[in-house]
Amino acid sequence: MREFITQYGQLLIQGTGTTIVMTGVSTLLAYALGIPLGVLVTVTAPGSLRPHKAFNGVLGWIVNVGRSIPFIILLVALIPLTRFIVGTSLGTPGAIVPLVIAATPFVARMIEAALREVDAGVIEAAQSFGSSALQIIWKVMLRESLPSIVRGVSITFITLFGYSAMAGAIGAGGLGDIAIRYGYYRYQDDVMFATIVILIVLVQLVQSVGDLVARRIDRRDR
Amino acid sequence: MIEFRDLSKTYTANGVGHSALEHIDLTIEDGDIFGIIGISGAGKSTLVRCINLLERPTSGSVIIDGVDVTGFDGRKLLDLRATIGMVFQTFNLFAQRTVLENVTFPLEVRGDSRHDRETRGRELLELVGLSEKASAYPARLSGGQQQRVSIARSLANHPSVILCDEATSALDSLTTNSILKLLRQINRDLGVTIVVITHEISVVEKICNKVAVIDGARIVEQGATAHVLAHPQQDVTKRLLGEVRWDA
Repeated sequence: MREFITQYGQLLIQGTGTTIVMTGVSTLLAYALGIPLGVLVTVTAPGSLRPHKAFNGVLGWIVNVGRSIPFIILLVALIPLTRFIVGTSLGTPGAIVPLVIAATPFVARMIEAALREVDAGVIEAAQSFGSSALQIIWKVMLRESLPSIVRGVSITFITLFGYSAMAGAIGAGGLGDIAIRYGYYRYQDDVMFATIVILIVLVQLVQSVGDLVARRIDRRDR
Repeated sequence: MIEFRDLSKTYTANGVGHSALEHIDLTIEDGDIFGIIGISGAGKSTLVRCINLLERPTSGSVIIDGVDVTGFDGRKLLDLRATIGMVFQTFNLFAQRTVLENVTFPLEVRGDSRHDRETRGRELLELVGLSEKASAYPARLSGGQQQRVSIARSLANHPSVILCDEATSALDSLTTNSILKLLRQINRDLGVTIVVITHEISVVEKICNKVAVIDGARIVEQGATAHVLAHPQQDVTKRLLGEVRWDA
């Protein structure tokens, strides 16, 4: 055990760090893009604040296209775009572009689901006091659905953990890369097993923190 | 003063028109507690929403204090709405905001400073008797308390009129009475005009000085409450009064 740690400890810690940074940055960027997209999909839907059938249809279609491409294919298909944006298709920066592009439509749909939960009567009340559409989006829809949005963040984070392991295949680094290189190519089951344990611990941790925060900020039943 | 002139509203769904309001003529004077009563689906909720243009009339006009507001949009529409309070059957409070933040929401929207909002908010909570609940969240309040918060919220902007859409329909009879007393007190002390939408004749009897009976998208009867209730002309009014046996 001690021998294993001296031999692979450094590698695993580094891999864990890379995975967390890669996933964290991608989650952040996916929300920066996914929140506006989700808001647009929601408010242009029929019967919402600014219904616009054609725009809504096109937007929904784009989101669905993004969601229907398997990540491993997206990873390869996006290589030219990735090179254009970050200058390389390799390593951690090379993985972040496809991760963000895969996660953004996913985030947009989760934001949409969270915003749709906001009671229409509450939105009508805000309208009756002379709130503008932007004020309703910001002060009512996003604020009232904040606990659901936070729950979505941990789901996205965890999904991206999984995706980032696939990005290991293009040399993105991180735990997925280690598991493939050592576990798959070199038949080192112990290293693979260690990466799995670390991933499980990380997922549990993210889920627990997400749940805790969501519960703490939700004022509905207490 | 609020006037409806030959106002109609038609909803179109799948090419089929459905008439929600037909040729409504109605005048609500300043200081009135004006009851609009009718059975479910009669069009009363649509009618009250035409006052703050949450619903757009298909034809006819809404005139408030001599100004035709029917075509208002943009900033003008938001400013108009800000001067009209509204209270709902299901309270519609913001679940993630404290009682005080709920009450001061209309002021936040207008851009008032935090200090001004808090001063006004505490004043309003005192008026509705909920000062000690300022930092509680709505989920912790009873239905009656939630409706008091919502009434306080509707008054935040010093409106000259508040619209009550079935404000007591979700409450038990004791709580209903206390809410009705609060509305009457607001009308008397602050001179606020109140438009009361209801399907319960007892609400009209208790606080309204005038009443209009709406049935099948039209106003079928209107006048001073005492007169209309003592001499009902229409079947629907008699039915609402309970003068027709329920299984007749």
